[in-house]
Amino acid sequence: MIVNSSLASHQAADPGPLSAKPATTSFGSLHEGADISELVVLTEVSKSYGGATALDSVSLRVRHASIHAILGENGAGKSTLIKVLTGVVKPDMGTVVVNGSQLTLGSPRAAAEAGVACVFQELSLIPDLSVADNIFIANGKGPFGVFSRRKERQAALVLLRELGSTVKPTDTVRSLSLADAQLVEIAKALAKRPRLLILDEATSALGEKQVARLFDILRRLRSEGVSILYISHRMHEVESLCDTCSVFRNGAHVATFPQGSRSPGEVVELMLGRAVTQVYPTKPPRPEGPPLLQVENLSWDGRINRVNFSVRPGEIYGMGGLEGHGQQETMLALFGVLRHVSGRVTFDGRPINVTSPGQAKRRSLGIALVPEDRKTEGLHLNLSIAHNLTLSVLNRLVRFGIIDTGRQKRLVDDLMKRLQIKASSPKAAASSLSGGNQQKIVLAKWLACEPRLILLCDTTRGIDVGTKAEIYVLLRKLASEGAAIVMHTTDYDELVGLCDRVGIFYGGTIVLELVGDEISERNIMRASFAIKEPPAASESAA
Amino acid sequence: MASSETSGTGRVASFAPRLQNWRLALPIVLLAVLFLVMVHIHPRGFAVASMTPWANQAVTLAFVAVGQFFVVVTGGLDLSIGAMLALSNSLASTLVSGTPAEVAFGIVIVLAVGALCGAINGVAVVFGNIQSIVATLATGAIYTGLALIVRPTPGGEIDEKISDLLTYETGGFFPTSLILLFAAVYIVWGPLSRTVLGRSMYAIGSNESAAFMSGLHPWRARLLAHVLAGFFASCGGLFLAFQTLSGDASVGFSYTLNSIAAVVIGGASLAGGVGTVIGVIAGAYLLRTISTIMIFTGLPPMAQPLFEGLVLIAAVSVGAIDMITSRNKLKMLR
Amino acid sequence: MAQILRSPTTIVGLMIIAILLVGASVFPAFLSAGYLLQQLQIAAFLGIVAVGALVVIMIGHIDLSIPWTMTSAAIAATSVVGARGGHVETAAAFAIPIGLGMGAIIGLVNGIGVAILRVPAMIWTLGINAVILGLSIFVTGGFAPAGAASPLMRTLAVGRTFGLSNAVFVWIGVSAIAAFLLRRSYVGRAVISIGNGERAAYLAGVGTQGIIILVFVFAGMCSALGGMLLAGYSNQAYQTMGDPYLLPAVAAIVIGGTSIQGGSGSVIGMVLGVIFVTLLTSVLSVMQMPDPHRQIIYGFVVLITLLIYGRMRREAV
Repeated sequence: MIVNSSLASHQAADPGPLSAKPATTSFGSLHEGADISELVVLTEVSKSYGGATALDSVSLRVRHASIHAILGENGAGKSTLIKVLTGVVKPDMGTVVVNGSQLTLGSPRAAAEAGVACVFQELSLIPDLSVADNIFIANGKGPFGVFSRRKERQAALVLLRELGSTVKPTDTVRSLSLADAQLVEIAKALAKRPRLLILDEATSALGEKQVARLFDILRRLRSEGVSILYISHRMHEVESLCDTCSVFRNGAHVATFPQGSRSPGEVVELMLGRAVTQVYPTKPPRPEGPPLLQVENLSWDGRINRVNFSVRPGEIYGMGGLEGHGQQETMLALFGVLRHVSGRVTFDGRPINVTSPGQAKRRSLGIALVPEDRKTEGLHLNLSIAHNLTLSVLNRLVRFGIIDTGRQKRLVDDLMKRLQIKASSPKAAASSLSGGNQQKIVLAKWLACEPRLILLCDTTRGIDVGTKAEIYVLLRKLASEGAAIVMHTTDYDELVGLCDRVGIFYGGTIVLELVGDEISERNIMRASFAIKEPPAASESAA
Repeated sequence: MASSETSGTGRVASFAPRLQNWRLALPIVLLAVLFLVMVHIHPRGFAVASMTPWANQAVTLAFVAVGQFFVVVTGGLDLSIGAMLALSNSLASTLVSGTPAEVAFGIVIVLAVGALCGAINGVAVVFGNIQSIVATLATGAIYTGLALIVRPTPGGEIDEKISDLLTYETGGFFPTSLILLFAAVYIVWGPLSRTVLGRSMYAIGSNESAAFMSGLHPWRARLLAHVLAGFFASCGGLFLAFQTLSGDASVGFSYTLNSIAAVVIGGASLAGGVGTVIGVIAGAYLLRTISTIMIFTGLPPMAQPLFEGLVLIAAVSVGAIDMITSRNKLKMLR
Repeated sequence: MAQILRSPTTIVGLMIIAILLVGASVFPAFLSAGYLLQQLQIAAFLGIVAVGALVVIMIGHIDLSIPWTMTSAAIAATSVVGARGGHVETAAAFAIPIGLGMGAIIGLVNGIGVAILRVPAMIWTLGINAVILGLSIFVTGGFAPAGAASPLMRTLAVGRTFGLSNAVFVWIGVSAIAAFLLRRSYVGRAVISIGNGERAAYLAGVGTQGIIILVFVFAGMCSALGGMLLAGYSNQAYQTMGDPYLLPAVAAIVIGGTSIQGGSGSVIGMVLGVIFVTLLTSVLSVMQMPDPHRQIIYGFVVLITLLIYGRMRREAV
């Protein structure tokens, strides 16, 4: 196999970028009484943001040479755990020991020197630098950190080929597709020759072959003594790859067990704290009648290729498929953010041409879009909750250009009550709220417009279970009141549990539409990878 | 703070990259074209006697523009760079004369003071938690004042031997000033551009939070950028002193504004993260060449400032074409 | 209580008191009503310009075309009055509207460059400033502009009502309207939102481009008004009249506690900042301090204030 032969040729000369030998050997004093059979030991690590607890006295052990899954719902504490391990965030309490030495907390440099590397979900790449620059960004020799561009390019090329990427080392990261960028992020982590490799939803945009290659590399690293922390929503990946699983819930470490020793149902119950059937509201019978939104042959810039679908009032339509295959773009197109969109969009029987979000939200149409990144696109974090809530409907609160404070207060109070937004006062800054409450503000802002079509871009990312359940109930209620809802999510469970119909995107078009009982994780997955026959077993034959 | 370009609703990669290096190529190509135009209309045509003044005329601005570039690439702006130029120019007119030892010492002091001023700027920005544009607004006033104290009225004395050495040609045909410019850039920035710290400067201008997550030191990079700005500003001030054989404390402000223009025309983005030193040097020369052409075409002097302004507007609007034709409006908004 | 003490407004207030005491110690007449009122009048010119600059900064941009917007509006207004042959009275009535119109047009061009062409405001307004400079030189032939201030301009600049200079009333009036609109109007909310995040404001359906253009038009008109009042004060327009107003305006705004990044701002802070900057300048001149030392002290004061605010911001986090 290509992977093995390249490794062999590398071992002959230089250990090569993918060899497991860590780049550094010295890092501080040996932790007294350390048990070196474990690579990483966390002891009572806690972290709170304001009033919200992200990590609650977490103690965790990661063995050497293990692929260790971290499972848990969004908001369970996984990303904070990663941030602590990678030094991006300093915990309030607790210690971390890596390979017998106490880790200096809150310093990405120290974590890197300890041999920790991470493939971040929100990529840590520098958009304006080249691929090679990004992969080796902090790598340099000597006190001044000197590097050789030529050597970096060569090494980058090797890494990229191993991962099956066709990206050129001189390409600018800004010009890459999401899948390519994810591979670069992975290459960057591998280049550090880590002791502990963390992968946080690293495969959300990757195709099947790329995932398979990656898994081969991960298994080989394990055999060389590297430990891997694997975070993913996709249970099939976890089942085929990992030997140990740890479950987190509400910031606490709930259980750790060998992979396979618990049934999927038990695992889900550990993650949610209750059976899955209680999370999603029951689906009513599918509505009949003419569609509210009809999209025909929608195309744009090669990223959307003749998309066809329709949504009825009362329906929740899910957009599935790998990330970066046109789902976001389709929603942006419907909301008026994109130019030169071709195709036909019919709303309530009339053809429409939306040219701006301002036009989309008007009463004559009534389209709302909840963006994916609430911090930079959905909210103004430094401004008050009241300001955020009223931003989209200001024109309805205004008389001769001046805001009617009475009407504003009534609206704000009403929205906060309706969505049960927990905050000290409407005057508090939006940044003081938890992720879940922040997302509720974004939703509430749009509900104030009384939209007829609601577009949701991965709305429940990074939100705790409780808030998610509330949002699901809210969405179902809105649908029952006549709204049409289109939601893009990478979480299969949501597609299965919440949506009436699901359109799977691949290559910018909807390759398959699943209705009712057809919506299952297996069917979604197959269509996402554009597989026509049943998937082969994921273990590589090597 | 902001999400990277590959995340968020704007998770749309820009379509097939056009000439990726247009930021570098365009100013150089334009400069070549305009240079040929200038040579064509110059009364003496392409002669050494006309090359050297052309080269000398823009070297000071080029130095200042290079210094400004380092701060701009980290996402900041240095409004004190003209003042640092004036200060070093004034100091040079006082110190760089006399015995060879005094001259050498004077040069070292001037350059050191420039770097020190830059360091003060950097410290204010990094440790004072102030935006560079307002911090340098304040320090600029201080440096201007200091320049005026050193050199209340234009005048002073500069070592003439070195002045002759630097303002003519080497080997009979290549302007020494250009050699000096490129030597300074090569010796100081060359090695730095191959270090992690140099790369960090670009990184923090492009996406500071990703840079931090990747283990880089944002504050070190910022500090370095400001020190480099001060150093290159003082190089410019030194050269200006050699060129004019005097010191003048009032030259600063127009150099500050022109350095910003040169940086933008040279292909760098005021938002940070992109641009090249060579491009910026070309940008400085473009500005000066345009002025020279205007003089030679016999454009009425009353119309020259207007023309310069229009050219600047036209130059920065070029980038707007990319924006206006952008198919995703979100990409226009940072 | 500690919160109020630590607010920039309080700090500037304290600084004003400090500078009054320093001035009084050097020049006892400093605290006389006459002198202070005159300072207020001078501050008004800077202040009117600063209102426009403040709103531009709040929306996240900057207007470097202040100097020549002021000057060209003053030139336009005074040349109407000085126009020979014609009814000077009726022509004079058009002076201010023409000047304001000039400011509005310049603002519109600025707004188009920034909002539609997406050129960074710093470089675009810098270029526009250069273009206006060039145009003015071209049109006036490099000579000092002919013409005189209209009676209204003079009245506003120099005349007094209830003992207070009219210019001050204009300044307070414009500031009050701006403050009210920023807090309670649709446009004001939009300005603050855009300054805090243009992406989020756009996705919320705010007409970001229109608002940005509006803000630049407002700033242009403020600069024009300031220039015309200045011309009213000196009874003529002159070429370098606008240059000394740009940096002090920005300094006054920043000293008043507004962040240069945008998204928040204080009109009261700006007013106090303008008063402080004016007082500081005149104290330094009363102390017969040579220009270099004035610059240094000026720079130091601004720097120290910024450092204090920077510290406060850090501790707040």
